[in-house]
Amino acid sequence: MGLRAKVYVTPRKSVLDPQGRAVSGALHSLGYGEVEDVRIGRFMEVRLAERDRGVAELRLEEMCRKLLANPTIEDYRFEIEEERA
Amino acid sequence: MRVAVVVFPGSNCDHDAYHAFKHILGVPTTFVWHKDANLEGADAVILPGGFSYGDYLRCGAISRFSPIMRVVEAFAKKGGPVLGICNGFQILTEAGLLPGALVRNRNLQYICRDLHVRTESTRSPFTRQLHAGQVLKMPVGHGEGCYYADPKTLKRLEAEGRIAFRYTDPGGVLSDEWNPNGSLQSIAGVLNETGNVLGLMPHPDRCAEKILGNDDGRKLFESIIAAGGKR
Repeated sequence: MGLRAKVYVTPRKSVLDPQGRAVSGALHSLGYGEVEDVRIGRFMEVRLAERDRGVAELRLEEMCRKLLANPTIEDYRFEIEEERA
Repeated sequence: MRVAVVVFPGSNCDHDAYHAFKHILGVPTTFVWHKDANLEGADAVILPGGFSYGDYLRCGAISRFSPIMRVVEAFAKKGGPVLGICNGFQILTEAGLLPGALVRNRNLQYICRDLHVRTESTRSPFTRQLHAGQVLKMPVGHGEGCYYADPKTLKRLEAEGRIAFRYTDPGGVLSDEWNPNGSLQSIAGVLNETGNVLGLMPHPDRCAEKILGNDDGRKLFESIIAAGGKR
């Protein structure tokens, strides 16, 4: 059994997110006035042929910095879990 | 003087750039495939517009790892002129050869029309034959053209004369109304530190001959040729 990573990439606070703003407006017009802000990002599932969590973390950190997120405009975080059979 | 036009899978303005240099301006021009490992002795490199790798993940994010980009990077570091148009600009920012990033237009729409840009800096080999404040009419065609950089970077770009073009009205006056995509400070094009790498969202390649009704873009190409591939 390998590991599975859930990677979340979101626009940084300082970056305009027009999609999020449009969705937030739509929720308001549906009557969800409590919505303060919506930020739209990207969710990725990465399956790994790797058993060692420590190694997986280091490798994922690198993948995020190199390709999965652009640190100029995006933040990222990930969770690693055991892949269920 | 030789020009290389890089072709990525999904480039669609490669022939426009090739046509501009080879047929309109009569300069030896070659296509270079993104998997190639050399620029065939080119004195200037063009990264054309298009949707390289389908714009998957982020525009330019995957193309920047194409083998040719290592060569382009080395060429740029040595002072060779590199021009990124539209998707080419996005690739240059992803590759870290230009600062900032290009994100979704603020109106969420794909914008395809003629716009006006004002020449802000004439220090680069691409803009030397223009004069400061000169307004050019050029078409754009993009969904992710909103220029973003952090405040510190913006300040630095301004101080170092590295903002090449800004969107303005036809008379060269800045206003939010004439900023098509929400770019910070209406930035349409930027230069690297040494001035030999330019990225811009408008398409000089689509307005380089009279028969198309506009040849404003030709001036950029003539500047590069006059500079003969030098800084």
